[in-house]
Amino acid sequence: MADITVYSTPTCPYCKMVKAFLNEKGVEFKDIDVSTDRDAGKTMIEKSGQMGVPQIEINDKIIVGFNKEALERELESV
Amino acid sequence: MYDVIIVGAGPAGITAAVYAARKKMRTLVLTKNIGGQAALSGDVENYTGFQFITGIELAQKFEEHLKGFDIEVRIDVEASCINKEGDHLLVNTPSGDISARSVILATGRRPRNLNVPGEQEYRNRGVTWCATCDAPLFSGMDVAVIGGGNSAMDAALQLDTIANKVYLVNRNDDLAGDEIMKEKLLASEKVEVLNLAETNEIIGDDFVTNLRVLVDGEERLLVVGGVFIEIGSVPVNAPACEAEKNEWGEVIVNERCETNVPGLFAAGDVTDIPEKQIIAAAGQGCIALLSAFKYLSTHKFENETK
Repeated sequence: MADITVYSTPTCPYCKMVKAFLNEKGVEFKDIDVSTDRDAGKTMIEKSGQMGVPQIEINDKIIVGFNKEALERELESV
Repeated sequence: MYDVIIVGAGPAGITAAVYAARKKMRTLVLTKNIGGQAALSGDVENYTGFQFITGIELAQKFEEHLKGFDIEVRIDVEASCINKEGDHLLVNTPSGDISARSVILATGRRPRNLNVPGEQEYRNRGVTWCATCDAPLFSGMDVAVIGGGNSAMDAALQLDTIANKVYLVNRNDDLAGDEIMKEKLLASEKVEVLNLAETNEIIGDDFVTNLRVLVDGEERLLVVGGVFIEIGSVPVNAPACEAEKNEWGEVIVNERCETNVPGLFAAGDVTDIPEKQIIAAAGQGCIALLSAFKYLSTHKFENETK
């Protein structure tokens, strides 16, 4: 099982959609709230060059936004 | 050949799909996402049957209802033009044309772009259309909110607690919207309201660094790390290339949700319906589908093979 990290904020609807989707798929993931963990937020922006949530780190790739197909592709390739 | 293709899966599209399933029509749903703008609404307190529900939860309930039927749903598909060909309709998609006897357009609306240099280039690199999502990433920074209505004021108030300084760049001579929010904004020490201000350019390196604005005829270069665009929405009307639209680009429908193209129906916020509400969109989705059903049962098609 790959390490999956979701960078999110509590108020962001797309973040909720991503987490609901991953829960539905029955995969475990680490959820980082970048509104309280500012350092993690900075790390996220440095890694992806993107200032937006959600960002999902999976198989050393970063997916920005709720992109169901991209997520499914990465989950399948695990 | 499908009986009906439903383009969009917000409240209007999903309601149409539920009715289509119950009529046992051969149905295809093509959509970018599930839930549409409803999923992005904060708190919903006016959808009958729910005293209080969040937009995302309501959208999930819609999705569950949809999944209770055996309906083909293709997500992440953007339909371009819907053409009339003979007595059926062709829906153009990146992976080819799909034909149906009737189509329900329920694509809703999307946030309006500023259309200035730098806007697309710095998308997700300082430029955002979702203050609710991204505001916390801008903690301690100087930021600008573009717009002067309720959503712009709401974004500025959210940022008031997070950012170091908030410029509210408003092209009109006064803020429009709720007085309570306006009072809060004007009382804030962090918020500077720039009225009669035109945004000309978003500038940056890896991320946004500056915003070039013309304030009452005077050019200013604001130092900001974030730009929040909150200037309303526009109908997603590209698929309605053959349908009549009003001056705001909304697809014109009658009380049966018929467009001027036979077999093409439209429902929800993409139409010229006077109130853009979740429940009104769902209501139109029902009417559009029943109109399509009636159209199919009263219309003689040349090719009746299944």
